[in-house]
Amino acid sequence: MADVASALPVSVPLARRRGALLEFSRQQPLGAVSFVVIFVMMFAGLLPQFVAPYDPLDIDFAQILGAPSWEHWFGTDAFGRDIFSRIIWGSRTALVIGFASSFIGSAIGAVLGIASAYFGGRIDTWIQRFVDVLLAFPIIVLALVVVAALRKTVVYGVDVNLIIAIAIPIVPRVARVVRAAALTVNVMPYIDAARAAGYSDQRIIFRHMAPNVVAPFLIMFTAFIAQAILLEASLSFLGLGVTEPTAAWGLMLSGNAADFYREAPWMVIFPGVAISLAVFAFNLYGDSLRDYLDPRFKV
Amino acid sequence: MLKFFLSLVGAVAFVAAGTGPGAEAQQPKRGGQFNFAISAETPHYDCHGSDTYATLHFSAPFYSTLLRYNLSKFPEVEGDLAKSWAVAPDQMAYTFKLHEGVRFHDGTTLTSADIKATYDRLRNPPQGVVSNRKATFADIDTIETPDANTVIFKMKAVNSSMMDHFASPWNCVYAAKDLATDPNWPKTHINGTGPFTFVEHVKGSYVAGKRNENYFKKGLPYLDSYRGIFTLQAAAMLNAMQGGQVLAEFRGVSPAERDRMVAAMGDQLRVEESSWTLNLIVAFNVEKKPFDDVRVRRALLMAIDRWGGSVGLSRISTLRSVGGIIRPGSPFATPEAELVKLPGFSKDIAKSRAEAKRLLAEAGVPNLKFVLWNRNLAMPYTPAGIFLVDQWRRIGVEVEHVQSDTAPYLAALRAGNYVVSIDFSNLFNDDPTLSLTKYLSTTKNPLNLSRANDAEIDKLYEQQLREGDVEKRKALIRALEKRLFDQAYQQPLLWWHRIVLTHKTVMGWKMSPSHNLGADLAEVWLNQ
Repeated sequence: MADVASALPVSVPLARRRGALLEFSRQQPLGAVSFVVIFVMMFAGLLPQFVAPYDPLDIDFAQILGAPSWEHWFGTDAFGRDIFSRIIWGSRTALVIGFASSFIGSAIGAVLGIASAYFGGRIDTWIQRFVDVLLAFPIIVLALVVVAALRKTVVYGVDVNLIIAIAIPIVPRVARVVRAAALTVNVMPYIDAARAAGYSDQRIIFRHMAPNVVAPFLIMFTAFIAQAILLEASLSFLGLGVTEPTAAWGLMLSGNAADFYREAPWMVIFPGVAISLAVFAFNLYGDSLRDYLDPRFKV
Repeated sequence: MLKFFLSLVGAVAFVAAGTGPGAEAQQPKRGGQFNFAISAETPHYDCHGSDTYATLHFSAPFYSTLLRYNLSKFPEVEGDLAKSWAVAPDQMAYTFKLHEGVRFHDGTTLTSADIKATYDRLRNPPQGVVSNRKATFADIDTIETPDANTVIFKMKAVNSSMMDHFASPWNCVYAAKDLATDPNWPKTHINGTGPFTFVEHVKGSYVAGKRNENYFKKGLPYLDSYRGIFTLQAAAMLNAMQGGQVLAEFRGVSPAERDRMVAAMGDQLRVEESSWTLNLIVAFNVEKKPFDDVRVRRALLMAIDRWGGSVGLSRISTLRSVGGIIRPGSPFATPEAELVKLPGFSKDIAKSRAEAKRLLAEAGVPNLKFVLWNRNLAMPYTPAGIFLVDQWRRIGVEVEHVQSDTAPYLAALRAGNYVVSIDFSNLFNDDPTLSLTKYLSTTKNPLNLSRANDAEIDKLYEQQLREGDVEKRKALIRALEKRLFDQAYQQPLLWWHRIVLTHKTVMGWKMSPSHNLGADLAEVWLNQ
């Protein structure tokens, strides 16, 4: 009896979630496809040791520049390393840096955007001028400056400063969008009511405003994962991101790939496809999520 | 006899070189601006305190040296500022007569006092000055200047390598008055007697020079001006060369880069190849734990499959030959049959790695982790780093590979802020003393970045330096090498192979086994 009772609250949300997923798939079929791509990528990134057929760092000079074959599906690179395995492991690098920098940048941007909208006045002016300054730099240039200034600080195999360098250009872009959404919320009667009831600024921001800007936040967060992956690949390609022999897609396109792309084009094709597919999937998913969550698109 | 051997090696080294730019018998043309690439930017301008070609490719056109190598007859020595010289029969004194009327770029006349000030700084640098040549000139007792154009070096002891040391390209001659102003003046200023005068250094971009109209070698240089453009990315350098923005890069490129450029430029490109007096070294900072334990150091060296690595890396990088502390193939080099008996050179890599694991376990660090400090130069530092990480993973060692630009890389090495690094031995000839100096105790030579002090190595170094018999000297060098590898302070990884690309229009530049030589551009001209 107790088992049946305890099962009830669980089964209902599960059914709801399944329903929501089906509804999302029905309304946004491209979004569903992109979700599958992201899911596969996340699975590979989380458990690469079970997916990759070879160790991505293992050098095999007997296999230098090997063409795609049954043994090495995507061929081998200048060190005889299996490119398929390096792409699988590279998805971990892309996802860790993509998620972490997008989350940090989006979170800080959201806090600044809400604060800017809620307090208004001089705080708004100062925050927006700060945002203007950051927006004046192209995203790659700003990331380059930050990564060059901060150098490398590796914690548990992840370059924290690289994450920060990619997160910083995301901050102003999210702050601007979230501020716009928060300004709309800020003039809602329930916010006035909360103020009249004497609630603290903190409570109004976190209990009443933040939940109402979650949709744009989520959309920006998702879209900037793609941007962060691309930025990480660009910085690694330029020699400022992760360093060899770490498996990373951008890094796979630089170094020896530049020397051998004529005789071994698979060295650049497959990492290039991986980057494109990941960026495309996250962008598409972000767009689909926006269409699905934003009621204006449903009218 | 030694000179004959060295000449023979030099000749053999050029067999693959094809027709050099100096070989075409044409009348040199004057004029033009020569743009060439320098693939690293010097941390400072001071030749005495540097060990990277980046400094020489930057500074050499502005300076002269007492002697230099005749690259057409390498390793024959010829005069630069010295018009003539005499060696005392007992080799205890070297007398140099200087060219008259040589002027520094600021207009002052060069005298023997400038030579004395320069060599005093080299052999006994004042407080706060770094001289990487301190050890090589340690045998000089006094420097006398009987008149303005004569300088006499009196020795404490016979040194069979002195003429090579005098011909070193690193001994840029500075003005005594500049050094009196500030002993570190040459680090940030240029005032030499070389074929070009300094125009400007735009950091991160280029160094420019123009013809020294008062150069003491009449008719030289041929060029009006030059610009050394810093192209840190090899791909950018190759694109610039293909596009004609730069006409040469004198350090060297990889086999793949050569093939790409030959395919792209055909007969517009000149390719010259030679073995290289340069090797990469695996160095352990013996002041840091657990690398103060010889078992740990030796285990790491024993895990490296140099023989297999040389086969693979020579296809994709400038790394090629397996060798000990003397360049393989040169007269004093350790033969392969002897080399394979030394730790780190065994051809039975499985057995060697098993022993390495045992040593690590015995030292109490079976799961060793450390940072490998490396230079951020794609060729060949990056492939070497990738290779080492792979080799050490095979004995269960986890390595984080960190690469840094030249200036911070060198600064960290010099300050001892590393645990394991890829260092380099940048030589300019095959003289054993020059090669061995790197491994002297760090108190005697700051270039020993392992920071090891070993009296036995110092003693063997001293003995080989004074030994006149070639076979006995070889035996002493072998003993030193064995001691060094047994203690595993540092060890050559692989020796390099030099491939230089120049546009066919670049004439008068001479290929050599060292990228430190021939950097003054005095005889370079453009056939346009």
